[in-house]
Amino acid sequence: MMTKEAFQIILAGSLVAIPCGLLGCFLILRKMAMVGDAISHAVLPGIVIAFLLSGNRDSLTMLLGAGLIGIFTTFLIEFFHRMGKLQTDAAIGVTFTWLFAIGVILIDQFADQVDLDQDCVLYGEIAYVSLEQWTTSDGTMMGPRTLYVAGTVLLLVIVFILMGYKELVVTTFDPVYASAIGISTALWHYLLMAAVSVTTVASFESVGAILVVALFIAPPATAYLLTENLKHMMVLTVVIGVLVSLTGYYLAVLLDGAIAGAMATMAGVFFLIVFLFVGVRKKRKVQKTLLTAPEVIPKHD
Amino acid sequence: MKNLIDFFSFTDSSTRYVVLGVLLLMSSSSVVGTFTFLKKKALVGDAVAHSVLPGVCLAFMLAGNKNPVWLITGAFITGWISLYLIDTISAKSKIKEDTAIGLILSVFFGVGILLLTIIQHSGNAEQSGLNSFLFGQAAALVGKDLYVFGGVALVLLTTITLFFKELSLLTFDEAFARSIGLPVRALELLLTTLTVLAVVVGIQAVGVVLMAAILITPAAAARFWTDDIKTMIALAAFFGAVSGLVGTYISYVYENMPTGPWIVMIISGIAFTSFFFAPKKGILHKLFRQIRIKNKMNQENILKLLYQLGEEGKDFFVSRSISDITTRRPFPMRRLIKGLRTLKRQGFLKEKQRQWTLTKEGKLKGQRIVKLHRLWELYLTEYLRIAPDHVHEDAETIEHILTPELEARLEQLLDYPSVDPHASEIPYNH
Repeated sequence: MMTKEAFQIILAGSLVAIPCGLLGCFLILRKMAMVGDAISHAVLPGIVIAFLLSGNRDSLTMLLGAGLIGIFTTFLIEFFHRMGKLQTDAAIGVTFTWLFAIGVILIDQFADQVDLDQDCVLYGEIAYVSLEQWTTSDGTMMGPRTLYVAGTVLLLVIVFILMGYKELVVTTFDPVYASAIGISTALWHYLLMAAVSVTTVASFESVGAILVVALFIAPPATAYLLTENLKHMMVLTVVIGVLVSLTGYYLAVLLDGAIAGAMATMAGVFFLIVFLFVGVRKKRKVQKTLLTAPEVIPKHD
Repeated sequence: MKNLIDFFSFTDSSTRYVVLGVLLLMSSSSVVGTFTFLKKKALVGDAVAHSVLPGVCLAFMLAGNKNPVWLITGAFITGWISLYLIDTISAKSKIKEDTAIGLILSVFFGVGILLLTIIQHSGNAEQSGLNSFLFGQAAALVGKDLYVFGGVALVLLTTITLFFKELSLLTFDEAFARSIGLPVRALELLLTTLTVLAVVVGIQAVGVVLMAAILITPAAAARFWTDDIKTMIALAAFFGAVSGLVGTYISYVYENMPTGPWIVMIISGIAFTSFFFAPKKGILHKLFRQIRIKNKMNQENILKLLYQLGEEGKDFFVSRSISDITTRRPFPMRRLIKGLRTLKRQGFLKEKQRQWTLTKEGKLKGQRIVKLHRLWELYLTEYLRIAPDHVHEDAETIEHILTPELEARLEQLLDYPSVDPHASEIPYNH
């Protein structure tokens, strides 16, 4: 039987994996997986600065700051690409390594003022979820704080996707049509990037800045191999995200290693299984029947 | 200041080793990075860098110690596997290359972290330095490690020198390389192997996470200064070496300053300076050039307009007020006044009590623009069969660009015509 602690860790893992996966669906369909990777590295200085300014991690300042720095990163990449005529992959590489380096230096500099260290950056502290309880002013124990933070972000992401579903889909699959019917591709591009940054920051504590990339990319990529329908892909991503959290936890317990690392490992294992059994076959099929995703695009609006 | 002298005088033998090591590692990785950059495979290097972590950990688990030869072998193997997987996934399924890169990068890194924490929890006393692979620790580069990593760096530089011509050809024109019978597959394997090796040595200096910066940033910075691949490679190596040196120095002098991130800060600083200030390709230079061209067009438009007004009145040297000009063509007022002042300074216009008159030179210059405009209109209607009412817009742009050589060719081609398609006279000098 699952202990309460195990349940809380798996729940926290799922609460992190689900919003990452949902946003990841759009990232990989837009061929922006590496921009997502860049943002997840680049928010590090934002986290440290917000930490220094506000003194705690779950403030609204931090989420707002993250959203801004995500947009800043995206802007910088496009700026170097457009104004400097630097190829996109290099623009991404230059930008995120620079910001990440600033983050690491800040952490080392203010190690005594910031409750963060390099281990936390690398693999988070999901194992200690149940240690930090949220206590209300009259002393009632409300349960682990992380669960509330992750839960709130999950809700925000779901609301974002539900409210902007049509716009996200149209700008993803048919940017030309999108601008023809008056939907700003740039606006939704930046909104999505802001959402990615906010989710990264919320997940940062649990799984660290780099492994969050695995949660952004691996479950949606696995789901993408299984279906051609965006809605099915998102549902599958959620299921895979929960499975990753569950199996990752037990793998970590079994091997006595970091839970976040084990979650990323399991995400890779799931992808590998699906890839070996359906991935290769699917490719042939896709070449015959074109991708049917635009069925969600409204005919006239 | 004393530190500076200490550091650069190499009095301390361990400092001497570290400086030498960093110089070798950084320059060799930067040189290989130039090729991956030019092949637009920069982020693949990032994936390899993350993917060597599980190899390092596995090698440590199997060997039980930190023998650099084992660690390099382990890193090399998983680095290679990651590249193979990225290629296979993007070739054999509908997953795009960038998704495959991100997937392999994060999953391999996750496995590496899992293994690393398992090693840490196992309590093996030897493991303390493994962490340095994450963020780099050039200062730990002494003795045997230095020889091994320095050796690999030298191998990299030698191989690139030997195969320089073939690798350049592969980078710029693969099809041509194949057609003249070069073994393209083998060369690609060679470049991949060099990339993996560059990552393996580079992570000693800056660590897994920031390795991408060494492969990409020096090359990106160098690209802004030159179009020649040899110069670019030399510059990238130089930028890499300088940042390695300065970064190591900073962490040597100040407490709590990590080497890897500082190296990346310096190289990013060099890159940003290049992006903005490099002559010809820099962002500022481009902006200035745009402004200069805009000003030139503005001035030429003013002279052209004054010439046309003169044509109508059969006297080119009549004084005109600003409103005479703007009723004919609505210039934005600020640009107009700025243009008028510059033209006066250059001797193309004279001004008296807010009245502007063409000088002889001004008339000639305006006349040339009008002539180019009308020649081009005629060329478009005669040779491209475009209707006379559709040619004005195009001529409006090209009149500022045509060189005297093209002007002469147009005249010849059209046999010195006297009127344009709208029956306006084409003015000649003689």
